[in-house]
Amino acid sequence: MATIEVGLRERPATPAPAATPTTPHVRPPNRRQRSRRARREAALFLALILPNAALIAVFVYRPLIMNAYYSLLNWTLGSDTATFIGLGNYVEFFTSHEAAQVLGTTLVFTLATVGGSMLIGLVMAVVLNRRLVGRGVARATVFAPYVLSGVGVGLVWSFIFDPTIGVLSGILRGLHLPVPQWFLEPPLSLTMVIIVYIWKNLGYCAVIYLAALQSVPRDLLEAAALDGASRLRTFWSVIWPLLSPTTFFVLLTTMLSSLQSFDLIRIMTPLGQGTTTLMYDSYLQAFGGYNRAGYSATISTILLMILLVMTAFQMRFLERRVHYA
Amino acid sequence: MSLLTSASTKHRPARHRRHSDQADESVVGPTSTAGKVLGGYLPMILATLVVVLPLLWMVLGSFKQAGEVVSRTIAWLPHHPSWEAYVRASHQVNFPRLFLNSVLVTVVGAGIKLVLAVTSAYALVFVRFPLKRVIFVAMLAALMVPPQVSLLPNYVLIAGMGGVNTYWGIILPGLGTAFGTFLLRQHFLALPREVLEAAEVDGAGHMSRLLRMVVPISTPAIATVALVTIVDEWNSYIWPLVITNDDSRMTLPVGLTLLKNIEGDPSSYPVLMAGAVLVIVPVLVVFLFLQRYIVAGLTQGAVK
Repeated sequence: MATIEVGLRERPATPAPAATPTTPHVRPPNRRQRSRRARREAALFLALILPNAALIAVFVYRPLIMNAYYSLLNWTLGSDTATFIGLGNYVEFFTSHEAAQVLGTTLVFTLATVGGSMLIGLVMAVVLNRRLVGRGVARATVFAPYVLSGVGVGLVWSFIFDPTIGVLSGILRGLHLPVPQWFLEPPLSLTMVIIVYIWKNLGYCAVIYLAALQSVPRDLLEAAALDGASRLRTFWSVIWPLLSPTTFFVLLTTMLSSLQSFDLIRIMTPLGQGTTTLMYDSYLQAFGGYNRAGYSATISTILLMILLVMTAFQMRFLERRVHYA
Repeated sequence: MSLLTSASTKHRPARHRRHSDQADESVVGPTSTAGKVLGGYLPMILATLVVVLPLLWMVLGSFKQAGEVVSRTIAWLPHHPSWEAYVRASHQVNFPRLFLNSVLVTVVGAGIKLVLAVTSAYALVFVRFPLKRVIFVAMLAALMVPPQVSLLPNYVLIAGMGGVNTYWGIILPGLGTAFGTFLLRQHFLALPREVLEAAEVDGAGHMSRLLRMVVPISTPAIATVALVTIVDEWNSYIWPLVITNDDSRMTLPVGLTLLKNIEGDPSSYPVLMAGAVLVIVPVLVVFLFLQRYIVAGLTQGAVK
């Protein structure tokens, strides 16, 4: 308690420990006592919430503002001086040939990973929704990669994909098929990272879709079956619309995390050949040897804008339509 | 989706008579044995294998010797299983130290986060304050802020305070927790208010109500938050990567990156797999025993 009382702003609290209220509650408190109690409550509230709120303010919200500010500077990381160049960094980014490439890579990566994990996740959920022996184990297994270290997963898959000694190329050679140079050709590198990303994340989609499938009211399905609807028809006309809030949620969350993915890209393709998304570009510019802090902040700010617009758009337009259409 | 179309609609036994608490294959999928195998067991086993085999390959790889790995013919099993890779990895980077660093950062970071989440959620639910709603929304909105975007400003701030290559520098920026606060708040809101009000009338202060009542009856929810936070801290990568450059303070994922840079040769894969085992297996073991809590925590809010 002692440490908590120190953090009060409004007035120095009475040294009495809060754990032992001084006024017995049996008597109806008069106004003065009540306002005193309210102040004590407020003080306690602030004491309990301030450390967390301050941390969030300093390390979550403050960076957003700082990024926007840094993005207006020509500034080398570690240097004491920076020159204000207005929107110069933005102009540089959008007029460089790099912009189209980075935005294109981000688009392909996001669409492929989000689409892939949602689609395969949904199929897995439909499979696991049936009464199968061992489906609990399968559900946990499919989910497991989602909680594993991206670095560890990236290393394991680098070993598998390795064109000379990897088990995948060994199998392909055994089948007399060409062995793709996953690490040399940019489009193949991107494909490889997308595959691993889907492997790691589809369990998340599967588990959420599975929970949603299990809450589909049984009588609706029975009614559809009695009406003679085929299974495909039942799925599209009954189940899929019912799943739409889930689809909306999964779409939003997977898209946000896909746009921010870093671990797999960093460990599997450190130079970002073919895999430089906005997120990775902003990292490379500041920490990948260029030390271009201002330019990196510009890319981060662009990424943030995209994330905000997407979130707002999805909240505003999609959520309205998704309910039981 | 083929498993839905392939289902034959003809020979299903009068399914409206079957009653079960779950909407499943009696309506949604085929009921014939063949259909159950093709549309159920086959994809289920396939998916399980797709997850398990790479992880198994990692473990096997870590026990192989360099010579077995570089051969163009695949050595499926290690011929002479040995700890050589683990020993060699420890020579390249200080593995025991990396492991301890990861444990330390995880325990301290997750511990503080958990305390902050419990106290914040308690305040938001049980303590009277005029601007509670505003503060809650401001904290909740932090969930929507992409953490990666704050990398550079946080680096500039922490580095300016001398936090490069320090434990506090690794731990501090991630301590604020919107996720835990949100999750526990939802849980606290559902607690029976009468019991807590009765305790208040009996003269129990906030601290005693929090520690003697709210925390004990919320153990499952707190465990969920704890597990998710621990896994998160253990796996966290981008921040420790930029804030450390010396393996005396690096966490495991960062040390593995260093190891991969040092060991560029294919023959080093056993060493890298040994590292992957060290970072993956602890989480896998925890997940094995407590997966219900972890899955619940990570998918919270998805299905109302």
